[in-house]
Amino acid sequence: MIRDITLGQYYQGDSVIHRLDPRVKLVATIVYIISLFLYKNSPIVYVLGFAFLALCISLSKVPVRFILRGLKAIVILLLITALFNLLLTDGEIVFEIWKIHITKEGIENAVFIAIRLMLLIVGSSLMTLTTTPTQLTDGLEKLLRPLQKLHMPVHEVAMMMSIALRFIPILLEETDKIMKAQMARGADFESGNLIRKIKALVPLLVPLFISAFRRANDLAMAMEARCYQGGEGRTKMKPLIYRKRDAAAYLIVAAYLGIVIVAGKMLRIPLFI
Amino acid sequence: MGIVKTDQLTFEYIRRDEEGNVEGIVKAVDDVSLDVQRGEFLAILGHNGSGKSTLAKHINAILCPTEGTVWVDGKDTKDEKLLWDIRKQAGMVFQNPDNQIIGQVVEEDVGFGLENMGVPTKEIWERVEESLKAVGMFKYRKYSPNKLSGGQKQRVSIAGVLAMHPKCIVLDEPTAMLDPNGRKEVIRAIRALNDVEKITVILITHYMEEVIHADHVIVMDKGHIAMQGTPKEIFSQVDQLKALRLDVPQVTLLAYELRKKGLALPDGILTAEEFVQQLLLRKR
Repeated sequence: MIRDITLGQYYQGDSVIHRLDPRVKLVATIVYIISLFLYKNSPIVYVLGFAFLALCISLSKVPVRFILRGLKAIVILLLITALFNLLLTDGEIVFEIWKIHITKEGIENAVFIAIRLMLLIVGSSLMTLTTTPTQLTDGLEKLLRPLQKLHMPVHEVAMMMSIALRFIPILLEETDKIMKAQMARGADFESGNLIRKIKALVPLLVPLFISAFRRANDLAMAMEARCYQGGEGRTKMKPLIYRKRDAAAYLIVAAYLGIVIVAGKMLRIPLFI
Repeated sequence: MGIVKTDQLTFEYIRRDEEGNVEGIVKAVDDVSLDVQRGEFLAILGHNGSGKSTLAKHINAILCPTEGTVWVDGKDTKDEKLLWDIRKQAGMVFQNPDNQIIGQVVEEDVGFGLENMGVPTKEIWERVEESLKAVGMFKYRKYSPNKLSGGQKQRVSIAGVLAMHPKCIVLDEPTAMLDPNGRKEVIRAIRALNDVEKITVILITHYMEEVIHADHVIVMDKGHIAMQGTPKEIFSQVDQLKALRLDVPQVTLLAYELRKKGLALPDGILTAEEFVQQLLLRKR
């Protein structure tokens, strides 16, 4: 049923990684991505990255097949990127077919970019797998709070995100209802070419938008009736508090970044940018 | 002065055509004066467009009167400085359960109003637990609102308002979108608020059956107060209710028709039990 759709791809669990403060996980993911892109292609960085990721995955107790599912979605992107790198890199020619040159650098680039992207995707999906959408928005709000001084609407954006998350299943259900109602009156969403199919969506989207606006109006009124007046003076029912394990996690992440940098320096690997 | 008092309250909607020119002015609420006592259960009846929802929105200061005054707990709703204070005193539950739940988990939604009021975290948890228990939804506290039935969602909404410890709760057709079972659940919860928690309840509805437990009933028509009195007084005037396009509870209607045919029954029978009792009395 459309009702049961779970958003994001949260994997229910109670591991150390699950219990970490969402801010730690967000920062760790960013650090991890930086570490992957810090240096030019070098196996040692990828080995370190892989080791760190493997450690996190084993701690999170999320089944590996769950994590690899995230890779399926990007297989095509991965192949295209690898192909471009393979064909379009100049350098020492290994072999030539007709006008296509395959170079040694091209092969290297293709392999490394594929590894890099895979590590990146797996790393960030590990974060979304172990953090609920609510925790994520809370974490983002708190992390970005300093930007509020620069008049960035941090609280508002976080509130919008969490309301959107709450309403996606409702609107999906509504789409389903409208679609069935239109089909009962002879609407055809299936046949025809792409343009016809897109045109067929108009009678679906118009009522959906109208109802979404009506809901927004109702919701705004309900929020005001419950004293909502923006982020100022608001307390939290579930405040984010750093615990010992969060400090330890920050240290581990910092140590990992340190090792990558030291390894890069010792092996004199040039920086990526 | 009672907890909610209105004096010659009038509210006008300005209708505009597509170019924004004024087409006409509709008086949604016209010269309404009422005085609701602390702890009272007031029901406001009326068919669609009678102005009952507009009246309700004035009590929560969502709308501001065009003419006249509304006082909530002695505070004038026109005073913007008192706005948030008034909203704390007078909670509001709306018709559509989906469009008033903000949280993604039941307990978070109940805590939403408290977060806005700046209540300390520990107290939020206590109050959330207490109000979820009051509406019988405590065991669903970890559920996603999307997985609840309509009646359950509406009870969560009531808990959300209850947690703010208001003196008065206004319910704007809370059962209009529910099935009969959900309606019963919600009405039971509302009666408990009034009986157990001693909160003033203003229930707006067009279901007659929900009104019979009220202390006081107001019938609205075209923005005016058309009738007022106790449920018994109101429902004994079957002809007038019909003229206002309102249905009378079936039992009351049956008793009324029987009386017209010559059976000696008292006025304003509201429940089946009462009806049976009276019939048995006649038999003896």
